[in-house]
Amino acid sequence: MASVVHTKPTPSFQSIVLALQVFWAKRGCTILQPYDMEVGAGTFHPGTLLRALGPEPWACAYVQPSRRPTDGRYGDNPNRLQHYYQFQVLLKPSPNEAQNLYIESLSDIGIDPRAHDLRFVEDDWESPTLGAWGLGWEVWCDGMEITQFTYFQQIGGIDCAPVSVELTYGLERLAMHIQGVDNVFDIDFNGAGVSYGEIFHQSEREFSISNFQYSNVKTLSRHFEDAEQECWVLLRGGLLFPAYDQCMKASHCFNLLDARGVLSVPERAAYISRVRGIVRACCEAWLSRRQTRQRA
Amino acid sequence: MPEFILEILSEEIPSCSQKRAADDLKRLVCSGLALSGLIVADHALTFVTPRRIVLVIADLPMFSPSMRKERRGPHVNASLSAIEGFFKANGITRAQAEIRQTPKGAFYFALMDQKGSMTATLLKQVVESTLADFPWSRSMRWGSTHESWIRPIRRILCLFEERTVPVQFAGVKASNVSEGHRFLAPVAFPVRAFRFYEESLRNAYVILDPAERVKRIREQAEGIAAAEGLTVISDDSLFAEIAGLVEWPVTLLGKIEKNFLNIPKEVIMTVMRVHQKALALLEADDTLAPNFLVVSNTETADNGQLIIAGNERVLQARLADAKLFWEQDSCQPLRHWGNKLTECIFHARLGTLADKVGRMRKLAAVVAECMPAAPLPLVDQAVLLAKADLATGMVGEFPELQGIMGRYYAWRDGAVQEVYNAIAEHYRPLGQSDSCPSAPVSVCVALADRIDTLIGFWILDEKPTGSKDPFALRRAVLTGMRLIIENGLRVPLFVIFRKAASLYRSAGVFDVRSLLRFFTDRLKAHLQEKGVRHDIIAAVLESGEDDDLVRLSSRVDALAHFIETQDGMNLLIAHRRAMSIVRREENKNRLASYREPVDVTLLGESAERALESQLVTVTKSCNDAVKAERFDDALRTLSQLRAPIDTFFECVKINSDNSRLKENRLRLLSHVGTVMGTVADFAKIKG
Repeated sequence: MASVVHTKPTPSFQSIVLALQVFWAKRGCTILQPYDMEVGAGTFHPGTLLRALGPEPWACAYVQPSRRPTDGRYGDNPNRLQHYYQFQVLLKPSPNEAQNLYIESLSDIGIDPRAHDLRFVEDDWESPTLGAWGLGWEVWCDGMEITQFTYFQQIGGIDCAPVSVELTYGLERLAMHIQGVDNVFDIDFNGAGVSYGEIFHQSEREFSISNFQYSNVKTLSRHFEDAEQECWVLLRGGLLFPAYDQCMKASHCFNLLDARGVLSVPERAAYISRVRGIVRACCEAWLSRRQTRQRA
Repeated sequence: MPEFILEILSEEIPSCSQKRAADDLKRLVCSGLALSGLIVADHALTFVTPRRIVLVIADLPMFSPSMRKERRGPHVNASLSAIEGFFKANGITRAQAEIRQTPKGAFYFALMDQKGSMTATLLKQVVESTLADFPWSRSMRWGSTHESWIRPIRRILCLFEERTVPVQFAGVKASNVSEGHRFLAPVAFPVRAFRFYEESLRNAYVILDPAERVKRIREQAEGIAAAEGLTVISDDSLFAEIAGLVEWPVTLLGKIEKNFLNIPKEVIMTVMRVHQKALALLEADDTLAPNFLVVSNTETADNGQLIIAGNERVLQARLADAKLFWEQDSCQPLRHWGNKLTECIFHARLGTLADKVGRMRKLAAVVAECMPAAPLPLVDQAVLLAKADLATGMVGEFPELQGIMGRYYAWRDGAVQEVYNAIAEHYRPLGQSDSCPSAPVSVCVALADRIDTLIGFWILDEKPTGSKDPFALRRAVLTGMRLIIENGLRVPLFVIFRKAASLYRSAGVFDVRSLLRFFTDRLKAHLQEKGVRHDIIAAVLESGEDDDLVRLSSRVDALAHFIETQDGMNLLIAHRRAMSIVRREENKNRLASYREPVDVTLLGESAERALESQLVTVTKSCNDAVKAERFDDALRTLSQLRAPIDTFFECVKINSDNSRLKENRLRLLSHVGTVMGTVADFAKIKG
């Protein structure tokens, strides 16, 4: 294989994150912190999911640890993790120069667009649990998918107007590509001798065992039921944000159940539609509260 | 004459939508202009790249022609208010209106001269309405726009006679400016004429014509391959897809590690195609080479070294995954994976894949009875293994390898050739253009699979309707029909359908005819493509009684041939004459039916008697011929009726005053129709 030649020192994982935060802060994004709950993707963060609805302009960026129990591989697979990081940007309304801004951001983390092959390859995004869909691309850098780029059309079954654009950088993939490593655990995390594997290898292994072997189907289904119930109760009490927390909880319980491989196709569909139901109710509550806020 | 250029520059358009978008743009703009009398389709050209859809029309006149338009109004006897309303709506007086006789009576007509208008003005209207109503299968909004397009529009170039046509859409105002390649020449430049435009784009690293990009990719790929002593595995659809991903194709050669080459080559090629859109290469001895070609969209200072390294790393990781699947799948015999089908849902209401295989075994046994060349034990083994690979890791990851992996795994387990080939071939033909398997075991499994699926969805009442066919049932019917026709299979479909339905617990009474209708509809389309006349096909297929597609097909062939002969023409005329008389009488007297037997004692005239006796002879030999499926003979026999019919019409007065005589003569004619109807419905044939 051809050797990779870098002119600048190779950025560490954390310096990639820092550079992205600085880049997007300079472009007017509010830098949020990760949401403190287990979620499957950065889209669940209320800073994206709720704020992408309604007419107010909004721009934010944040790192979000994401959990996909089914992708666990006991730390044995060089590319798959059940816990990983997304760097998420949301711009509402989507600016005309969204693609150019994104490309500029890559220069800041060591990907010179004139030295690489960057491609916007069709990828329509749909999340049945969130009742959401959008059109966009996966961005390829030399054949590696490094970012999801999506113009939200609907969330919680509600039309997005104006339309937001969501950029989701897969931080591990980006770091592997930039650092030229073949195994995610070999990523240089801090530029001073700490590797990704040192921090996460053991937890990957343990969470895989826990998710695939220990997690208890009965307990999880009960947790799901409880979260769903709680969500409706809180919504009736007019407590939107606590209610939305329960959506994330329910969604994660469903993901854990899915990882146990015990759900039949119709059961799976039924769980998805139940999560969609509470997410939708929260989105509607968010929009109606917006109107009250405006009147106040 | 002046030239029109339209370029819609947007963010990246999905490769698979590009060609249709360009065609639609041309069609809609040209038909919009045609409404104003500008017939330009012959001078219109379209081009498409990942970021632009372009329409160029040479030789557009400056003005659209004046046209006379006419509008039909109310009937002359319509109410006064309707008539006055019509005059008013069209701005004419009673004197200016014209009264014309039509087959439905006399009507007022308003005639208006429409003055020609400036083409530039027309273009603005036509383009704007085309963009607003563009028939995307899926489109999107962006920013604060209400309009939609396939991806956000960034620029519109719209020029007529070197001047900007001030089109406006989705917040974008048209200009005379375009821009080049996203990375290599991201600068705007003004445009005057198409030949300069194309040239400027080329200088700005954009090849406008997709066909030229395909050609370039092919030449680059073949050049690189030849230099390495290799050949490119040609894949036209992949070339076309890649051409839709790049504006400036630059093909690069990468390596893969040799130790991956012991995975089946279909797997390697699929990994390359699915994940990287990469092209595979062959060594001189036709084995897969440890290389791949990737088509990048850019030129770099290091001649693509970084790009190659990146692609190699990604492919390496994907192949490592595939290799792991191959090794894990190989730990167990294919049978073992087959046992896991109890956990795979075929359809929520139709059970698991294991249930499906169970039904297919019983159904295939019945189909095999009609196929002496398909030995039952082999058919049964093949069915048992046909779906087993769906439970393997490899097919889970790459669904397009279904059947292909099963074939490898069964071969490795020592299955016989008929069996492992059937595992791969039972999915084929994949569609209209794919070739049809002919090995009896494969055909038998393929047919049982499709019929089981069709019956299942028919029982759920999930028949395809209109454009809705989520389970691809029409394709199952089409390919099932091809399996039968192309292999000349004599299968009694009603029997097979009923058997298949009985294997579903909840079947109840199954309407075999509704499913047969779908098969005969496909057969109809198939025969039409072969050039058989529509009416001749209808004359044979429409009764829906015969469930043997091969027999139907040979009957159509015989009839098509016969109807072209002089005998055929004459018989058809005789039939038409006889039937029109019978029908007229039946219509006159609704109670009358002339199906009753002819009363021989009432046949007085010799022409009557001659026709009757010929009818008896012909009926017998025609029935024999039909039974023996000698349809040519049957038709030739029928043509012996023509002479006695003609004589009958010449010599016998049907409208006898004696009503019993008249009825008896009509019965005689009616029976001519009946015997001819045993071969085909001649009434459907146009003369």
